[in-house]
Amino acid sequence: MNAIPQASVRTPVTGPAVSVRDLTRRFGNGPAVLDRLSLDIAPGEFIALLGRSGSGKSTLLRTLAGLDAVTQGSVMRPAETSVVFQESRLLPWKKVWQNVVLGQAGATRDHAVAALEEVGLGHRPDAWPLTLSGGESQRAALARALVREPRFLMLDEPFAALDALTRLRMQDLVHGLWQRHGSAVLLVTHDVDEALLLANRVVVLDAGRIRMELPVPLSYPRRHADPRFEDLRTRLLRTLGVGDN
Amino acid sequence: MSGTVFWSPTNSLTDTPAAEPAINPRWKVVKQRLRPLVRYVSAVLFVVLWQVACTTGLISTRLVASPFQIASTGWSLMRDGTLPANLGISLLRAVSGLVLALAAGITLALVSGLSRMGEDIVDAPIQILRTLPVLALAPLFILWFGIGETPKVLLIALGSMFPIYLNLHKGIRSIDPKLVEMARTLRLTRLQTIRDVILPGALPDLVVGIRFSVGISWLLLVVAEQVNADSGIGHMMMDAQDFLRTDIILVGLVIYGFFGLVSDQAVRFLESRVIAWRPARQNQGGAA
Ligand SMILES: Nc1ncnc2c1ncn2[C@@H]1O[C@H](COP(=O)(O)OP(=O)(O)O)[C@@H](O)[C@H]1O
Ligand SMILES: [Mg+2]
Repeated sequence: MNAIPQASVRTPVTGPAVSVRDLTRRFGNGPAVLDRLSLDIAPGEFIALLGRSGSGKSTLLRTLAGLDAVTQGSVMRPAETSVVFQESRLLPWKKVWQNVVLGQAGATRDHAVAALEEVGLGHRPDAWPLTLSGGESQRAALARALVREPRFLMLDEPFAALDALTRLRMQDLVHGLWQRHGSAVLLVTHDVDEALLLANRVVVLDAGRIRMELPVPLSYPRRHADPRFEDLRTRLLRTLGVGDN
Repeated sequence: MSGTVFWSPTNSLTDTPAAEPAINPRWKVVKQRLRPLVRYVSAVLFVVLWQVACTTGLISTRLVASPFQIASTGWSLMRDGTLPANLGISLLRAVSGLVLALAAGITLALVSGLSRMGEDIVDAPIQILRTLPVLALAPLFILWFGIGETPKVLLIALGSMFPIYLNLHKGIRSIDPKLVEMARTLRLTRLQTIRDVILPGALPDLVVGIRFSVGISWLLLVVAEQVNADSGIGHMMMDAQDFLRTDIILVGLVIYGFFGLVSDQAVRFLESRVIAWRPARQNQGGAA
């Protein structure tokens, strides 16, 4: 683990993979978008972050990704992090395999193809990104994230723009990748079922503060029909202000 | 501004109509195959009619030379070396001007596109300069640089620099910030970001700029050679005017037309190579 060049972001030596302490973030003189937020993520833990839109999920993720500076509070995270956004953000003028190993010194086409095979896109390394479907683009974005062997993987609503069937397949894929690679994962999602299917712990964000932390002590694969699953979902929906009759 | 559109590319005659009536598909295929031929046929027909009009005396050959006469004059100018010599010097002027324009336009666009301070320093003067009609500078350039090659080449260079600068600058500034952000999360260095993200993204705009520049360079070449020169295609045409040789003037026009066409095709080819990553051809605008 290397220190990354940012004064207030440090690398943990032992203990949690990611540690956020009293993080506060405002834009200009507006209200706090993140309000003294604290959160630990254990190595290899899968966290799902839920919350209405505007609750500060992306802001937290951008800070963790090092895109926004930390002004109040502190953030520790591994040097090896990767991010996947809702849009694949592939460079249209580079072939898929070149996108996968972009900026990786010494990485070859074979490395890229291996990563693409792992996400089920091994047959299209030479495609232009604009010719890929939405699901394929996100697979390529996942391959690009994984080829860097992150200890901490951030996913900001990565399946929000996909159709329901593709989304189910991608959830399976992400679950498998997480089990194999063992990196800590922070998945931002709108989808309560998705959170409960994948995460060890669900965190609900509201107005920049953590409203609820819900461990999900179920084994994989999880089934919607499981009464404990049902129970957790009801509690989450209630917290989010939906389905409370 | 008035809302009247006098001419727009989408109205041009060569465009296929948006909705074609349902007709026999085989006839449609035949029509498709014939289309390029039909276009040549009409051009050939035009030349034939022109020749006939000249031969029958319908058009005075004093005002317009006949196609046959143009061809034979062109051939004799070729053989006595007049045409190759003048053509060579004209091409040299156009190409030198374009090369200078490319070098200056690309450098300035990089400086002002890649740094805020660069933009403050470079952009304002260029925006002011480009509103001047470049041709109006011709007398000043002759005073400053004499009557040799310098003023002609510089005039071409200056005029064709603006579209290159403007389009490349626009291209650099309109790179999707999300891609630049992605480059940051992938830990690309500034240099890598410029090389892999910003420049390739701006390349299509640069090519659009080059296409405008090439057109402008021909225009300026013609003017520069007709205002003041003792060689070149433009000079050859002005000379012919003194002797009422419409055939030579028309040879010059044919040559200008030919090279205009060739250079446009060359840039189009370049364009198709540069945007190979776009799945379907998209129309793109540009700033001249
Ligand atoms: N660059 C910005 N400038 C000003 N306000 C912003 C900016 N980014 C986000 N915000 C505000 O911060 C709040 C949280 O945004 P965000 O973290 O994107 O929410 P979420 O991802 O949970 O939907 C919103 O009210 C949004 O308007
Ligand atoms: Mg968001």
